[in-house]
Amino acid sequence: MADLAAPLQTPLITGDRKPGDVTRDICHALEGRATPLWWAGFFVAFACLMIGAVSLTYEIATGIGTWGENRTVGWAFDITNFVFWIGIGHAGTLISAILFLLRQRWRTSVNRAAEAMTIFAVMCAGIFPIIHTGRPWMAYWLLPYPNTRGSIWPNFRSPLIWDCYAVSTYFTISLVFWYLGLIPDLATIRDYLRGGIRRGLASVLSLGWNGSFRTWHRYESVYLMLAGLATPLVLSVHTIVSWDFATSVMPGWHATIFPPYFVAGAIFSGMAMVLTLLLVARKTMHLENYITIRHVDVMCKLLILTSGIVGIAYATEFFTALYSTNPFEEFVFLNRAFGPFGWAYGIMVSCNVLVPQLLWFRKVRQNLWSVFVISVLVNLGMWFERFVIIVSSLHRDYLPSSWASYRPTPIEVGILIGSFGLFFTLFLIFCRFLPVVAMAEVKGVLHIGREKKRPRAPSGASLEPGEGAETSLTGAHRGGEA
Amino acid sequence: MSRRVAIGVLDDEANLLQLTRAAREAGLKIVDVFTPYAVHGLDEAMGLRPSRLPWICFFAAISTAGLKLYFEYWATGISWPLNIGGKPWNSLPAFVPVTFEMMVLVAGLTTMFAFLVLARLRPGKRPKVHFPNTTDDRFVLVVQDAESRFDAARMRRLFEGYGVVEFREQVEEI
Repeated sequence: MADLAAPLQTPLITGDRKPGDVTRDICHALEGRATPLWWAGFFVAFACLMIGAVSLTYEIATGIGTWGENRTVGWAFDITNFVFWIGIGHAGTLISAILFLLRQRWRTSVNRAAEAMTIFAVMCAGIFPIIHTGRPWMAYWLLPYPNTRGSIWPNFRSPLIWDCYAVSTYFTISLVFWYLGLIPDLATIRDYLRGGIRRGLASVLSLGWNGSFRTWHRYESVYLMLAGLATPLVLSVHTIVSWDFATSVMPGWHATIFPPYFVAGAIFSGMAMVLTLLLVARKTMHLENYITIRHVDVMCKLLILTSGIVGIAYATEFFTALYSTNPFEEFVFLNRAFGPFGWAYGIMVSCNVLVPQLLWFRKVRQNLWSVFVISVLVNLGMWFERFVIIVSSLHRDYLPSSWASYRPTPIEVGILIGSFGLFFTLFLIFCRFLPVVAMAEVKGVLHIGREKKRPRAPSGASLEPGEGAETSLTGAHRGGEA
Repeated sequence: MSRRVAIGVLDDEANLLQLTRAAREAGLKIVDVFTPYAVHGLDEAMGLRPSRLPWICFFAAISTAGLKLYFEYWATGISWPLNIGGKPWNSLPAFVPVTFEMMVLVAGLTTMFAFLVLARLRPGKRPKVHFPNTTDDRFVLVVQDAESRFDAARMRRLFEGYGVVEFREQVEEI
């Protein structure tokens, strides 16, 4: 029986790692000098960041006339980038909160990096609505504070105000959740490293954590609370982002399908970004025992699922438009697919719906190169999805005399490059200063799928024989022992 | 004040769970257990009560939601009513998203701060350790007995039955 059932439970963590090995494997990356490969990556990322900084400075000093937007296409690159980046973040929260509530133990290997990705992506996203206001130095007017103008309050009926609340809450809660998960690992670093800046930081930020189970007990409670809060939060954030569009009266935007469509798209693009980042981290940081083929496989399956939802949403939108007999709706969708921006629509459909279908094949899912290429294509496709939704809906509106086209200026492209630079710079710094795998969580799942290790036979007088209930506490997770 | 404690160091989760349970059954008081990760079922073995933090989270959430909803109503309906698209002063459904976001924000932050206060964690605090490596791969059980009948030999026998890798007794200040 054991042989028959064994393949159902393959080990989550391979290489027969023990708790002490986990500490050494993960903390090792924090010791010594960075590899030339890291420096190369950092140099490229930082150069991109500098391109962005220069473009942004020029744009803020001159005004948003430096962008290619016009009276007809009033939202373009900036909002595309905002929706793209905020969507990337969603997969991190899915892994850290939703999969935690669903008791998916494989998340332990990837949640730290995915949450870091969330935080950095939301930082990138936050830049765009602020510069889109045109006068970013007055962005604080979005907040309801007593002021000398009345006090006049923000309009709480506006989705743009909801966005301000949603994104800032999302960033704060993601940061708190991430830090909470880091506390035990920071204590491990404090005790593992001999000295240096990392140890100094870890001893301040680990808050005197000593592994006391009374603290662990409360910690688990807080973790559950935050996961429970973050789950509806992440759904609300992209729902609210979609309302920025859906509550307008633009054909192509004014659709009830938008919230679920946007949330699925966000998780889709974010999962692709998690795969892109982790496949590189796995190889360069030697995490093969922690991020196994099985982890990649599960994430690929999530990619197929969300790709399917996104595909159905594309079809539904199109069908509803044609079936509505509303000539404006019909026109927008036909123009979207066959008009001047038809090429962008083509990239969107092929990268988001057609290419991910390859993942139905196990061979493709288990070949890390093909997964990497697909994940990059999905990122590309999801960026174009937002571009299509925004620009192709706007550029030909109700009044043919105001039709226009749109072309990004180098400044806009520079700011986009800069946001990628910021994202990767922060991620590379994270890899050198903090543990990329949640050690304390991985240590708790090492036994999964391993052959059950009998505890040493107790010879203590006070334990009655046959008290096997204790071992089944952990044994319950190990299948295949019928 | 000082107390006398017995400290057992283990390297295995299953043994720790059994020893903790056996120690409680033998009438010893569990001072604390130090573990590198959250051992499943140890709270039950130690006899810990469920945490009260969910209540703090709940009340923070409810009160924030109520206050925020009232504020939105007051700001748009009483303090400075503005006619926006002919919508009613009290546009209750439109106030829900912001109310929800504030509820999550304040409940999350309050729960986190309450945790830090209750667990007495603060930046730069020096950790109190009975044995090194509890953040690496060692499990440490610290027990106490009534001062009059502190029998180290009996405890050692009990502990060694569960494969402790190290046993010692010490007097510590509290």
